[in-house]
Amino acid sequence: MKATISGFLLGAMACVAFPARAEVQLTAAGATFPYPMYSKWFNEYHRLHPDIQINYQSIGSGGGIKQVTEGTVDFGASDGPMTEKQNAEFTVKRATKILHFPTVLGADVPTYNLPGITAELNFTPEALAGIFLGKITKWTDPELTKNNPGVKLPDQDLVVVHRSDGSGTTYVWVDYLSKVSAEWKSKVGLGTSVNWPVGLGSKGNEGLSGQIRQTPYSIGYVELIYAVQNKLSYGRVKNAAGKFVKADLASVTAAAAAKSMPDDFRVSITNPSGAAAYPISSFTWLLIPSKFDDPAKAKTVREFLKWMLREGQKMTTPLTYAPLPAAVVSKEEKAISLIQP
Amino acid sequence: MSGGETATMAPGLDGGAAKPSLMQRLRTGDAIARAVVQSAAGAVVLITLLVVFELYTGSSLSRARFGWRFIVTQTWDPVAGEFGALPFIYGTVVTSIVAIAIAIPQGIGSAVFLAELAPRRLSDFLTFLIELLAAVPSVLYGLLGIFVLVPFLQAHVVPLLQHVLGFLPIFKGRFYGVSYFSAGIVLSIMIVPFIVSVSREVLLAVPTEQREAALAVGASRWQTTYKVVWPNAARGILGSVFLALARALGETMAVTMVIGNTPRVNTSLLAPGYSIAAVIANEFTEATGDLYVSALIELGLVLFAVTFIVNGLARLLIVATTIQAGAVA
Amino acid sequence: MISFEARKKAGNLMMFTLTGFCAVTTIGVLLLILGYLVWHGAAALSWSFFTRLPAPVGEPGGGMANAIVGTGKILLLASCIGMPIGFLGGVYVAELAGKGSASVIRYVADLLNGVPSIVIGIVVYTLVVRRMHHFSALAGGIALGIMMIPIAVRSTEEFLRAVPTSLREGGLALGRPRWRVIASVVIPAALGGIMSGIMLNIARVAGETAPLLFTSLNNQFWSPGWNQPSAALPVMIFTYAISPYEDWHQQAWAAGFVLLMMVLVVNIGARLVLTRGRFVPRG
Repeated sequence: MKATISGFLLGAMACVAFPARAEVQLTAAGATFPYPMYSKWFNEYHRLHPDIQINYQSIGSGGGIKQVTEGTVDFGASDGPMTEKQNAEFTVKRATKILHFPTVLGADVPTYNLPGITAELNFTPEALAGIFLGKITKWTDPELTKNNPGVKLPDQDLVVVHRSDGSGTTYVWVDYLSKVSAEWKSKVGLGTSVNWPVGLGSKGNEGLSGQIRQTPYSIGYVELIYAVQNKLSYGRVKNAAGKFVKADLASVTAAAAAKSMPDDFRVSITNPSGAAAYPISSFTWLLIPSKFDDPAKAKTVREFLKWMLREGQKMTTPLTYAPLPAAVVSKEEKAISLIQP
Repeated sequence: MSGGETATMAPGLDGGAAKPSLMQRLRTGDAIARAVVQSAAGAVVLITLLVVFELYTGSSLSRARFGWRFIVTQTWDPVAGEFGALPFIYGTVVTSIVAIAIAIPQGIGSAVFLAELAPRRLSDFLTFLIELLAAVPSVLYGLLGIFVLVPFLQAHVVPLLQHVLGFLPIFKGRFYGVSYFSAGIVLSIMIVPFIVSVSREVLLAVPTEQREAALAVGASRWQTTYKVVWPNAARGILGSVFLALARALGETMAVTMVIGNTPRVNTSLLAPGYSIAAVIANEFTEATGDLYVSALIELGLVLFAVTFIVNGLARLLIVATTIQAGAVA
Repeated sequence: MISFEARKKAGNLMMFTLTGFCAVTTIGVLLLILGYLVWHGAAALSWSFFTRLPAPVGEPGGGMANAIVGTGKILLLASCIGMPIGFLGGVYVAELAGKGSASVIRYVADLLNGVPSIVIGIVVYTLVVRRMHHFSALAGGIALGIMMIPIAVRSTEEFLRAVPTSLREGGLALGRPRWRVIASVVIPAALGGIMSGIMLNIARVAGETAPLLFTSLNNQFWSPGWNQPSAALPVMIFTYAISPYEDWHQQAWAAGFVLLMMVLVVNIGARLVLTRGRFVPRG
C-alpha cells in the first residue's frame, strides 16, 4: 500500500514537473472535411516552428462554431459560414467579432455503393432532392434511368445515408438542395444539423463513408477527398448550365471563380453559373476571433495565416483540395491585420 | 452487520462511563477521524446533487418551452427548433429490453452452472474470465459490433430470423446492419458479466446447510437448485438484473456505433434507431443555440430519471433479499 | 414408467447441459473478442506505436505514445480524486454511520453509479471546461474521478462489513480509540478486497470514452501538465475506428489490445493481492 501510494505521488509529481517548453500552444476544433489538409498543415507548421503547437481536432463544423463561441478553443473551423444569429451570439458571448478566413475549396459528391456497376452515374438536382426527400425510393426511378442510358440500374431500394453529427459537409449539401428544390427548402431547410426525412445517420465523413462501403445500394454524400481516398464511386451532377460535371480541382475552382467574394468572406458558391462549374462546391473557413487575450497567440495565428496563404496553398492539390483563387488570397492577406492585438 | 450497530464498548465512548468531553474526544482523534470520513461521505452526496442540479438548470430553457410535451414528441429538428424525446426514449428502452432478454437467460444460466455444477477451481477461473469481459472498453464493443457482429447478422442470422419469424412485426423490414437489434445484442454481451458475477455470488451465499438438507432427503441436484437455492437467491439475482439494466440504459459508445442514429420510432427491431446516450454523444459538442443545448441536457435529465427509478427498484429488491437471507440464516 | 431415479438423472443432465451451454456461450464470446483483438491488434503493435506521436491523415508510421501517457495521467488524477473520497466514504458507511444515513449514502452512491458516463461528461464540461475556457486533462481526470467514487464507496463498504466483529471488539478491548481500531485492525483485514475493488474500478474507468470527449478532448501532440487537452487511448480508438483509413483501423485494434492488456494486468494484480493469504470470509 505504501509503495503504491509513493508510486502514485512520484508519478503525479513527474507529470506536473515535466519541463514545459516555452511554447505557444493553440487548440482548434471544427470541420471534418478539411481535416486531412489541416492535419498536414499543422504538422508541417510544427516541423518548421517546433515551439508552436496547433492542436486541431475534427469534431464537426457545428462543434467548431460552438466551442469557439464558448471560448474553449482558440479558433474554430467550419464548412459552412456562421449565420447572422450565430455571429451575433458570438459577439455577445465573447465581446468581439468573429472573422472568417477561407482556407481551401472542396466539394461534396454523391457517393454510392452499387455492386457490379463501375460506370459513373449522372445525377440531376431533381434526382438528388427526390432521393434525400424520400420521394425517389428505387434505383430504377425514371429520374435516374433517363439520365444514365447506358447503365443497367438494379431494381433495388435506395438506402440513404446522411450525417448524424452536425457538419459543414451537411451544410453544403443542404445548401445546394435548398437552392435547387423549393420543397427541400420549406420542408427541411438549412443548417449543420437538419431533420432528415429519410436515411441512416453516421458519425463524421469517416463514419459515413464506412457505412456506404458496408451497405449495398446505398447513397450518401461525402467530401471529394474522402471519396477519393476511400475509393468510393461518386457521380456527376448537373450544374445550372445544364452540363453533367464531375467534381475535380478544375470544376471546383471554376465554381469559386463564378462569384465575387464579399468583404467578410461569407459566401455560398453552390449552384453557380458557368458551364464548367461543379455545383456542390464550397469554401471552408477558419473561424478566428478578432481579439485574442494573449498577444503571442494572436501573433501566431497571423503568422500561420500568412504561411497558409502562401506555402500552405501549394500543398493542397496533392490532397485533392482546390487552392484559393488569387483574388481571394490577396483579400485575405489584407484582412489578417484585423486579428488583434 | 453494519458498523453503526456494533455497539462496541470502547473506554470513554460507552454509556457506562461518564460522557467524554470534546477535548477528550479530540485527543483520541476519534472526532477528527469521524469528521474526515463524514465529509467524504458528504462529498458523495454533494457531488450527486450537483450533477442533478446542473442537469436541472441546464435544461430549464427546454423544459419551459416544451413542458411535458417533450417526452411524447417525435420530432427532432434542430433547424426549426422543435425537439422531442420520444424516439430516443423508445430506442433506449427497446435496446435495453433486447439486451436484458438475451442477458437474463444467458447470465443466470451461466451463474447457476458456475455456482452449482462446476468444480470450484474451474468456476473461479471462468468467473475471472467473464469478469474480464466487464472491463473491456465499450468503444471496443462498438468496433466489434460494426466489424464483426453486423456483417455476421446480415449474412447469417437475420435472413434465417426473417425466414422463420418474419411474420412478426418486430422482425419486419429491410435490415441494414445497424439497428435496435444489433445494439441490443452488443449491449447484452456487455451486461452479461454483471449478471453472472453478482448472481453467482448470491447463489454461493445460500447456506450450504440448505443444500445439504435437500440432498439429504433425496432431491437431485436440479431439484435442489430449483426448489431450494433459487428461491433464496431469486431476489438478489433480480437485483443484479436491475443493475445490469441500469448499465444498459446509459451505455453510449457501443450503441451509437451500431444503432443507425435515426431519430424515428419503428416497431421493427431490425430498423435503425437512436438512443438518448447516443444522440447526446453525437450532437452535444456541436449543438449551437441555447435551446438545442438545453434540449440535449433535458434528455440527460430524462435518462437520469429513468436510471433513478431503476436503481430505486434494485435497492428495494436487494434490501429485501438481505432481510430474507438474514431471516433464513 | 420412468423410474424416479431415471427422472432425477435426466433432470440433472438437462440442467447440466442447459446451464453449461450458457456458460460456454458466454466464455466463447469472450474468447472470440480477445482473439479478434489479438489477431488484428498484435499486427499493428510495433515500436513506433509505443513511441511516436500520431501522424497526419494518410501518412503511415504514426503511433499513440501520447495517448498511452495521457490515459495514464488521467487515470492517475481520477484515482487521486475518486479513491480517497470513495474509500473514506465507504469507511464512514461501514463503521460509523447510523442505519439511516448509511442507507441514504448507499442509495446516493448507487444513483451516482447509474448516471451514464456521458452525462457526467456534460456536467464536468459545464462546470470545469466552460469556466476554465479550455479543455484539459484536469477536466478529464475530474470526470473519471467522479465515476470512480460510487464503486469505491460500495466495494470498501462491502469488504469492511465482511470483517468479523470479533476483530473489532478485540481491538477495542485493548483500549484503543475507535479510529485507531478501524485504521490498524479492520482496514488491513479488509485490505485485499478493498484493493481489488479499487483496481477493478480503475479498469472499468480506463475504457470510458464519452466523458473524455467533452473534457480532455484529444491532442496530437504531447500535453505536459494538466491544463491542456490530452490524448487518451479510448478517444483515439474511437476516432481511428470510424475513419476510412486502413492504417488507422489497424492502430485502433492495437490500441484496443494495449488497453485490454492494461486492464488484464490490473485485474490479475487485483486477484493476486486478494488471494495472497488475506482473510476475506466467503459469505
